[in-house]
Amino acid sequence: MAKVLVVTSGKGGVGKTTSTAALGAALAQSGQKVVVVDFDVGLRNLDLVMGAERRVVFDLINVVQGVAKLSQALIRDKRLENLWLLPASQTRDKDALTDQGVGVIIADLRARFDWVLCDSPAGIERGATLAMRYADEAVIVTNPEVSSVRDSDRIIGMLDSKTVKAEQGERVVKHILITRYDQARAARGEMLNIDDILEILATPLLGIVPESQDVLRASNVGCPVTLNNAASAPARAYHEAARRLMGETIPMTIPSERVGLMNRLLGRRAA
Amino acid sequence: MSTGLLRLFKSRTASAPVARERLQILLAHERGLRGQPELLGILREEILAVVSRHVELDPEKVIVRMERGDSVSTLEVDIELPNHFERRIATVG
Repeated sequence: MAKVLVVTSGKGGVGKTTSTAALGAALAQSGQKVVVVDFDVGLRNLDLVMGAERRVVFDLINVVQGVAKLSQALIRDKRLENLWLLPASQTRDKDALTDQGVGVIIADLRARFDWVLCDSPAGIERGATLAMRYADEAVIVTNPEVSSVRDSDRIIGMLDSKTVKAEQGERVVKHILITRYDQARAARGEMLNIDDILEILATPLLGIVPESQDVLRASNVGCPVTLNNAASAPARAYHEAARRLMGETIPMTIPSERVGLMNRLLGRRAA
Repeated sequence: MSTGLLRLFKSRTASAPVARERLQILLAHERGLRGQPELLGILREEILAVVSRHVELDPEKVIVRMERGDSVSTLEVDIELPNHFERRIATVG
């Protein structure tokens, strides 16, 4: 049974696209057949983070409008053969997406993949509501910061009311993914800690991704962080999160940077 | 010596408890509003309808504001009436 998972947050810039790419690649590395779908029509970026920006021919809107077939718009990852990308349109506006059109495509993707990861645009407008519309599960990406937590709470409310699952009296399975976490600052009381966030949002935790230079380094080169440097702290966090999505129970850790002796002597952080 | 210093140091850096408390209060309020969207909009429409039965009104001149206080909140309704409205009421009555 395919699972449709929306990666959402309300607030922009918290790491939705990074997390979609990282989780998608991690699931694919575990042997799952995965498609990541960019719902950010007009401001697509998942193609760039995945390193497929020069291979986009057709997009989601083309498929919704019948200009292209789904098989023509899907881009296969060059590193992982069971990872695919369905890009958003860069030129059309978001009104080109319709509820019905998205429904047809999601149903089609369900038949072809184990996982359909929908990368939501920021905000609570049409693009965001359509990205979550057909979801079975949701990853709510949250930074340890007041505005992000507030927006996550708002999005949780929408997941519980505006999705097909909610309308049928069922529930979208929700997970909190905390990104850009700095344990030292949280310990000093300078940053909301994990317990604070989980208590406020009353939603189970999927993983804790520490603030790390590796995330930017991976997006610079167009490679999901889980593939670019699998030993890095964020990659390990995303791999563990992906395993939890697949139903494994593993203890929650906050992966930290491994600083080698040489690097420490030289005052550098480990790659 | 150090407890006083420590407390001084902590109170300056530990802003997270403030964030937590602000969020808890705010979200308790916002969750309460969910599902009954736009209370102020509905109030404005209904007040406008009632008053318009008796006085000709410019819809733009009806302002409804809510201010949340710690223990009570106030609802402020500001309706600008044209100057000749008493006469109209007199003729209707």
